[in-house]
Amino acid sequence: MTLSARALPARLDALQSVSGLLLALFMWAHMLLVSSILISEEAMYRVARMFEGYYLFGRAHPWLVSVVVALVLLLMMLHAALALRKFPHSAGQYGAFRVHQRRMRHGDTTLWWWQVATGFLLFFLAPMHLFGMFSQPDQIGPYASAARVYHTHWPLYLVLLFAVELHGAIGLYRLALKWVVLPGRPPQQLRHRLNLLKWGLSVFFITLGLCTLLAYFRLGEQISDRPGLRYPPAIEVNP
Amino acid sequence: MSEDGAGVPSAVAAGSQDQGGTGRTLYLEIFRYNPADPDSEPQFRTYPLEETPGMTLFIALNLIREEQEPGLQFDFVCRAGICGSCGMLINGRPGLACRTLTASMEPRIRLAPLPVFELIGDLSVNTGKWMRGMSERLQTWVPATVDADIDSIEAPMEPELAEQIYELERCIECGCCIAGCGTAIMHERFAGAVGLNKVARFRLDPRDTRSDGNYYELIGDDDGIFGCMSLMGCQDVCPKSLPLQTQLAYLRRKMLRAGLIATG
Ligand code: HEM
Ligand code: SF4
Ligand code: SF4
Ligand code: FES
Repeated sequence: MTLSARALPARLDALQSVSGLLLALFMWAHMLLVSSILISEEAMYRVARMFEGYYLFGRAHPWLVSVVVALVLLLMMLHAALALRKFPHSAGQYGAFRVHQRRMRHGDTTLWWWQVATGFLLFFLAPMHLFGMFSQPDQIGPYASAARVYHTHWPLYLVLLFAVELHGAIGLYRLALKWVVLPGRPPQQLRHRLNLLKWGLSVFFITLGLCTLLAYFRLGEQISDRPGLRYPPAIEVNP
Repeated sequence: MSEDGAGVPSAVAAGSQDQGGTGRTLYLEIFRYNPADPDSEPQFRTYPLEETPGMTLFIALNLIREEQEPGLQFDFVCRAGICGSCGMLINGRPGLACRTLTASMEPRIRLAPLPVFELIGDLSVNTGKWMRGMSERLQTWVPATVDADIDSIEAPMEPELAEQIYELERCIECGCCIAGCGTAIMHERFAGAVGLNKVARFRLDPRDTRSDGNYYELIGDDDGIFGCMSLMGCQDVCPKSLPLQTQLAYLRRKMLRAGLIATG
């Protein structure tokens, strides 16, 4: 066995954790930015222009968004490929785990099941969203996004919201258990608190996401009689 | 460890009988199956039993064998949570029968053998065989690197270190952490908390001269430390309350380092 083949299991384990960590942090940041619509249409408009580099270059470059989307997609592909190693591989394994899970009625074991299930959903649903953003990065803005949510995308975003916010928070909780030597012997109390924190974060981001989705939906409804309408910004942007 | 269902004579259980009952009737639903008998079908059979004060599952099972089912197989040796032979699924969760008071449960109690291990019959499983296989794969011993001189006095050990080693040494190989681990349920060769805890124990021992690189050879893969998915079943069912999360996380970090350094 060559040296690097020997190191592979360690590397893959670290990469899985790092990719999960980055994705989870990205998703939280993403949620906070998208929810700028709750402040005002202008706030969301400026956030969108910011990611097109307007404040950096004095000019909007939507392709910058495409680059970021491509990087996120690559990161997700890496993460999914690594996480695939952990999926039950056969009917035997699947059945054995499910029987075990029902028999044990054990919180953390059940959480893993939900992580696999939501991960599987993300596999298919996240790329649908990502490809849209990749191919039409200039169609991100208060009115364009609201129209998209209202006319076609709200069911996709609704499912994605729950899947991502459960999967990410459970993943971060498990990352802590995996790598951090928790104090206390055994550290049951701290673990219980981490678990509460995890649920708190999921509930917070799901609530924020639902409010945000509703805001876009309502806005989309208001402007539904004017297809292709673009938001008239208070600040000047020369496209 | 678990050779047959003989266990301790039921006389041990007799002490609690003359104190009168608690007024509760227990219904023990016990898994019955004899793999050696081609006519035997796996099934749960229910045995009613008058509860007595301070009754443990150990006492209850002995009474059932004495009064209702002489052929019932289960394992006991120490009846004090020391030998690790009486692990079984108690209402679905692994635990030691001798340390489980019936008073802590609803009157309907379901008992099944630990999964993963080879079934001997009824509640009796061969944990010994599994533990031996694991031990040989993980080399859970101090390798003899120098010829020990049995006449000279052993090198002293710092009390704190001895204490740390002792803390991990308390494992009784009951197998509960294996039966409670979703990873071990799916992956036959996974070393589990019991195996990884042993490696952590020898790693602390100054008499064990192996390096982290050597341990990496033994547990640096998905059958070892990187297979653990942090489901914490082990931690939550270990009857000796071993600090398994702590050991697993610590070992994972050390093995990650050992693995990355290996590439140079
Ligand atoms: C878009 C967002 C995603 C986020 C935020 C995310 C986050 C995470 C995190 C933080 C972990 C813990 C890492 C670890 O245990 O080492 C994790 C694990 C996992 N992820 Fe994701 N992930 C995402 C997408 C996906 C996708 C698309 C899949 C589908 C294949 C997936 C499947 C899994 C599975 C099965 C695990 C458990 C792995 C294990 O038990 O070690 N994830 N994820
Ligand atoms: S670690 Fe705990 S549960 Fe596992 S075998 Fe040892 S004593 Fe039993
Ligand atoms: S933490 Fe989970 S996966 Fe790891 S050994 Fe314990 S029960 Fe098994
Ligand atoms: S009989 Fe020894 S641990 Fe239960």
